[in-house]
Formats: sequence, structure tokens, C-alpha cells
Amino acid sequence: MIVNAELDIAAESQESVEMLSGGEMIARALEDEGVEFIFGYPGGAVLHIYDALFKAASVPHVLVRHEQAATHAADGYARATGKPGVVLVTSGPGATNAVTGIATAYMDSIPMVVLSGQVQSHLIGEDAFQETDMLGISRPIVKHSFQVRHASQLPLVIKKAFHIAASGRPGPVVIDIPKDITRPDERFPYEYPQSVTLRSYSPAVRGHSGQIRKAAKLLLSAKRPIIYSGGGVILGEGSDLLRELARHLNFPVTNTLMGLGAYPGSDRQFLGMLGMHGFYEANMAMHHSDVILAVGARFDDRVTNTVAKFCPGAKIIHIDVDPAAISKTVTADIPIVGPVRAVLTDLLEAIRSAQGNDESATEAVSLDPWWKQIEEWRASHGLWTGRRFGESDYIKPQEVIQSLYRITEGNAFVTSDVGQHQMFAAQYYKFDEPRRWINSGGLGTMGFGLPAAMGVKLAFPEDDVACVTGEGSIQMNIQELSTCLQYNTPVKIINLRNNYLGMVKQWQDMQYEGRYAMSTYEDSLPDFMKLVESYGHVGIEVKDKNQLDAKMAEAFALKDRLVFLDVFVDPMEHVYPMHVAPNGSMKDMWLSKNERS
Amino acid sequence: MRRIISILLENEPGALSRVVGLFSQRGYNIETLNVAATEDATLSRLTLTTNGDDRHIEQITKHLNRLVDVVKLVDLTEGAHVERDLMLIKVRADSTQREEIKRTTDIFRGQIVDVGPRVYTIQLAGTTDKLDSFVSAIPEADILEVVRSGVAGIARGEKVLRP
Ligand SMILES: Cc1cc2nc3c(=O)[nH]c(=O)nc-3n(C[C@H](O)[C@H](O)[C@H](O)COP(=O)(O)OP(=O)(O)OC[C@H]3O[C@@H](n4cnc5c(N)ncnc54)[C@H](O)[C@@H]3O)c2cc1C
Ligand SMILES: Cc1ncc(C[n+]2csc(CCOP(=O)(O)OP(=O)(O)O)c2C)c(N)n1
Ligand SMILES: [Mg+2]
Repeated sequence: MIVNAELDIAAESQESVEMLSGGEMIARALEDEGVEFIFGYPGGAVLHIYDALFKAASVPHVLVRHEQAATHAADGYARATGKPGVVLVTSGPGATNAVTGIATAYMDSIPMVVLSGQVQSHLIGEDAFQETDMLGISRPIVKHSFQVRHASQLPLVIKKAFHIAASGRPGPVVIDIPKDITRPDERFPYEYPQSVTLRSYSPAVRGHSGQIRKAAKLLLSAKRPIIYSGGGVILGEGSDLLRELARHLNFPVTNTLMGLGAYPGSDRQFLGMLGMHGFYEANMAMHHSDVILAVGARFDDRVTNTVAKFCPGAKIIHIDVDPAAISKTVTADIPIVGPVRAVLTDLLEAIRSAQGNDESATEAVSLDPWWKQIEEWRASHGLWTGRRFGESDYIKPQEVIQSLYRITEGNAFVTSDVGQHQMFAAQYYKFDEPRRWINSGGLGTMGFGLPAAMGVKLAFPEDDVACVTGEGSIQMNIQELSTCLQYNTPVKIINLRNNYLGMVKQWQDMQYEGRYAMSTYEDSLPDFMKLVESYGHVGIEVKDKNQLDAKMAEAFALKDRLVFLDVFVDPMEHVYPMHVAPNGSMKDMWLSKNERS
Repeated sequence: MRRIISILLENEPGALSRVVGLFSQRGYNIETLNVAATEDATLSRLTLTTNGDDRHIEQITKHLNRLVDVVKLVDLTEGAHVERDLMLIKVRADSTQREEIKRTTDIFRGQIVDVGPRVYTIQLAGTTDKLDSFVSAIPEADILEVVRSGVAGIARGEKVLRP
């Protein structure tokens, strides 16, 4: 019915508008949407679309070597630029290969539009060749999804998909497109909508002013406040306002793994990351705080440790654009639903007006004891105020990240895979700007790092892009070395080579008496030097710690080459601090193999 | 506590599966579910009952609201409302039982809608409690089949749920 109505309207104005096939509409709509790159892989169900893209030659397409990598590359692009990543895959195996990447984007609220081919409409449900119920498979891991029923719906559906993916709490949107919809011999009027409104979807645009005034009052009365900010500040482009607020109030700030860079890592008020592998001073300050301002953070279990023991003395203000994120695990005292920019703007104003003209001096004074306490925590166990890891003949993984930081002067985009290397990168690379630290936090997807780095490098060809990885993770999408050659994305792969699935091994050391069940590869690792050379890239091995900086510099000096820096690190190293679990609170941490908080 | 959540849903393919999927995905249970078109062809109305404390229900309604296909929803149990469940029940009714069953049906203001040589099919509408009482008033061995629509509900008074 709806389709017919749209067709009637379209028919009336037929003379004035262009007639395009479904495939051509897709190519045009992506262009009209301002898409810079499509990451994808062809197959039967999307060949009409590929042909239309080929003929239009408007939006560059990146041919990955596995559809999972297409989603991660689009995701990396989205995290670095803030614009939705775009993926095109065929039906069946193409679509299912994309699933891990869609779930990765979903968990971290990353805007993405995935176009998946589908068998012809009349074959749906018949177990046709390469048919899979993509809407069904992806349902729990998308923000929304569409199946196109008629070619004339394409412009509106695509517009809606981009709107939904990028607004409110961002997320991936799937558009499933049966092959007949894109056939070249049937043309329909094309007009790309300027904007779209959906009666059933209207994300909050302002926070509640009464709640914001209450929050301002509570913040000004705090003796031991802390700002706990997360990925939402980056997604919502709120970093500048967060900085202004924190400095105005002289409050300490901690970031989640997803929030790193939202507040400058090298700033005095920054306490480092919090949570399971968070900084001692950050976790201690959280636990002992009296007021927590949570901004765009979702009280994840990697942060809170045991919820019942979470920050017993703290009143919690929680700002989030998604009402469902508020009071989901930890109950908020003052919930504020709204986008971070609008809410922080209003909050700053409410604070300033509550302070009147001359209060700020007295406020700063009252925080002195709190800062003194924080400085003591920092001096005793802070990761950046002394060497907190031992010496050995091996290169320590932490030293590799410190070297990376020095050589890139803190300005690189750093992607990572999942494991110990990810935590070391998060702890030791001080991110001063948002969108520079790109990792899979919510799903923890090994194999994310290299394709994500590719997406970032395509968006920022002039910048240094490093992928911090492990010999386990890199092998999950190593085939993308080939894509990197084809599209000239000279990223630097920093392999923290510990010869173990290190994060798994660490848990086995701590909880399974060192029984390394399936966390070693024995002698089966490839010769990475030969491997990367055969892919047409440069390999550099580092075993001597005195050579670390020089080799690191050498890698980055090779501006137009992809370099795989294979750094042999201490295989026995663990990531610390580490929350004591189960039943621990935020302040309960292992600080080294034999030292507890 | 038992809650009746009533939802206006876009009449789009897959919309219902998103609602149902949400419940299994997040570990909430659905006790009854009723869905049908409304006077507006673009909308369906869905009523479901579930159990949980306030916190739990708040999470459920927040997550439902997050679904793009959900236009509006209301927790009917928060205010005065009318709720109806429709039951069709087939019972054994031979000559010795017929009178008794008819009497019980009348007491509950049900109707016998189909008569066979050895069975009656009875239609009964009412609250869940009323239908439950009817079922327990019939000897268990005589109940052959029970079909219930699940609760449909609407707020009392002037309150309406519209897009
Ligand atoms: C091996 C491993 C170890 C980990 N250890 C840690 C750890 O020690 N510490 C840690 O912090 N994490 C850790 N994580 C990551 C963890 O699993 C979570 O991904 C992370 O804590 C979530 O970060 P976040 O709370 O910032 O939320 P995100 O997932 O970034 O979510 C963003 C929130 O902001 C909201 N939002 C989005 N846009 C806006 C907007 N415009 N305005 C307002 N709100 C908005 C969203 O609704 C959402 O609630 C680890 C992960 C792995 C794989
Ligand atoms: C796809 C996937 N499978 C399994 C895991 C579980 N896992 C988390 S970390 C890890 C080990 C990673 O090893 P490596 O990449 O060498 O990094 P390291 O911890 O040694 O630095 C594993 C197996 C995961 N996160 N993702
Ligand atoms: Mg390893």
C-alpha cells in the first residue's frame, strides 16, 4: 500500500525527475549522501549494484579480502572521522561474514550503514542459493534494519538508514536488498530526500533544565568529585565542552577505554583510564568520591567491578543520550537524558549562574584536600609517575608503547586488536585528542586492528597510523595486508610478540595455576618477516631493547611503506593494575604479581 | 508485579520480531502477547503482559522505546484500564455433564459456540483471573483444549494511545 502511494506521487512528477535503475539509485544515493568510501566485496546478489558503481565511478570502493574486514575498515573510518562507515556485501556468506563487524560496531555505538545483497524477492524463503535471513541474523546487533521491497523505496530507505545510524546513540543499520530490486532494465524516478523525519524515532535534543540545575548544585557542593567520561563524549563531539567544564570546576577526570582522548591524556587533571585495568589513582578516586559526573559512559562491568560495592559514598549524575543506558546497571541519582553537547552547554551555564560572579575561588580551595589525596595515590602507584613494571632482558611491552608515543610525538592514530597489547596501548599512549584511539571495547573483537587502521589511513592519508597488535590477533585478519598494498595504506603494525594469547595466559596464570590450555602456538607461528615481504611490505624485527627507539623511528620514517614491526617482548608480563574479582570493589586491585591495593 | 504494556507499532515487516526478539535477547519473559491491525493501516497495536519489579519494567519499556518501529507505548497497569482476554475452550460434554457445564458457562457469562455429540466449545471473555477461575471450575479431565488470545487492554477515560 505504502509503495503504491509513493509510486503515484512519483508518477505525477515523472517528467522532471531522473529515471534510474535500483542499482543506479544506490550508486547515486551514496554519492548524494557524501559517502567517501565503500568497503565491500562482490558476489552474485550485488552484481547489478557493482556494475552501477563501476559505471558511475563516483564513490571509491575498497575491495577487502574478507567481509569482516570491510566492516572493521568502515568502522575504523567512522571512529576516526565521525561519519558513518559504508559496507557493501553479497548475500549469504558475504552477509554472515559481516556479522562480527556489525556486532563490534553495535557494541561501541559506531555509525555504519551495511548494504547486503539478498536473493531475488520471489525466491526469498525457498532456501535459494546463497540465501540467508540477514534481517533475522543481524536483528539483535543492529540499531535498525530494512529490507527493500521496491526499487522506488531506495532513496528514502537509504536516507533513513544514514539518519538513524548517525543520530542519537549511533549504531549500525542494515539494508537488505533483493537482487531484482537492483535490475538494470527497470527504471524509476529518483530524487534523494534532503531530510527525513520518522514519527517513531526522535532522539533527545536537550537535557531537562530542572535536572541540569540540580546537577549544577550538587557539583558545586562536592568535596570529592570526579568526572567519569566515556565514548559518548567522543561520539557526541563534546570534548571541548568537557575540557571547559573540568577546568572551570578543577575536577579530576577519568576516561573509560572508549573515552580516551576525550580529555587530554597529558593534562594534570587527568587520572588515566579507570576500570579493570584502569589506573590506581582513577579507581581509588572513583571509589572514594562523593559525587560522580558520568558523561557518555555506560557503567560497563569492566569498569564497575562488583556493582553492589560500586562507589559506596557517591551521588551519581548520569548524562546519556540513550535513556536505556541510564540506571541500567548502577542507579543514577540525577539522570539527564540528552546529547552531550547540549547538556554540557546548559550545565556550564547553570554552574556559572549558580556561582554568581565571585564564587569560583572558594570552590577551588575546597578541593585542595581531595587533590592532595589524589596526588598521593598518583605518586604511590600511578603508571605515569614512575616505572611500575620490572626490568628484564626482554623488551617490556609497556616500553614499546612508550617508544611509539615518543617517536610519533603523541600524534598518531592508534588502532588496536584485543588482548594485553590493547591494554598496554590504552595505558601508556597518552591521547590528547578524541578519535585518535580506535579499538573494540564492547565486543573485544580480535582481528579489528589492521582493517580498522586501513579505514583510518584512507581517511587521513597524511597522518601516522599505528596498529598495536599481538601475534594472535593479527592472524585473524592478516589477509588485509593485500588490501593495504592495493590501496596504498602504509600503516605501521606494531606487533607485541609475546608468543602467547597473552591475555588468556594471564588469566590462566592468575586463576588456573598456570595451565596454559590452548594459549600457546608451540612452534607454528609464521615467519612474519617473510610473510609481510611476500605481501609486498617491509618487515623489521626488534629483539634488543637498545634498538627499540631506532627501529621504531626507522619504521615511521618509511612514510609510504607499510611496516610490520615485530617486537619480541617479555612473554611473562601481565597487565596491571587489575581488579580483584569476583566480589571486589573498584579499589581492590592487583598492582603487580604479588602486590595488592 | 504483573504489567500490561500496550504498544503502537509500525505495521512494517519484521517489526513484531524485533519486539519479541528484544524480550528473549535481554532475558525478559512475555506471558501473553496479542497483536492486530488498527483502524490506521500503517499501525498495529500490540499488548503484552510481563512480570517484574519497577526497575525491571523500566528497563523493558526503555528498550522497547528504543526500537525504531515502536511509535508509542504505555504501561496500562500504571492507571485505570480495561483488560480482556478471550478464551475458546473445548470440554468433554456427554449427556450427564451437559447441564452442569451449561450452568457454569452461564455463571461466567460465557457462550457455547459449538456443540458436538460429546463436546462443547465455550467462548469466554474477561480478565485473566476470570478465565483462570473458569478453567479451574471445570474438572481437569474434561478439558480437551484451551485457546486464549492473550490480554488486550485500553486505558479508561479520555486517555488514548495515538501516534
Ligand atoms: C580486554 C578488555 C579489557 C577492558 N578493560 C577495560 C577497562 O579496564 N576499563 C574500561 O573502561 N573499559 C574496559 N574495556 C572496555 C569495556 O568493555 C567497555 O567497552 C567500555 O568500558 C565502555 O565504555 P563507555 O562506558 O565509555 O561506553 P561506550 O560503549 O563508549 O558507550 C557510549 C555511551 O555514550 C552514550 N552516547 C552516545 N552518544 C552520545 C551523545 N551524543 N551524548 C550523550 N551520550 C551519548 C551511549 O548511549 C552510551 O551509553 C575492556 C575491553 C576489553 C576488550
Ligand atoms: C575473536 C576473538 N576470539 C577470542 C577472544 C578471546 N581473547 C581475548 S584476548 C585473547 C588473546 C589475544 O592474543 P594476542 O593477540 O597475541 O594478544 P596478547 O594478549 O598476547 O597481547 C583472546 C584469545 C577475543 N577477544 N576475540
Ligand atoms: Mg600474544
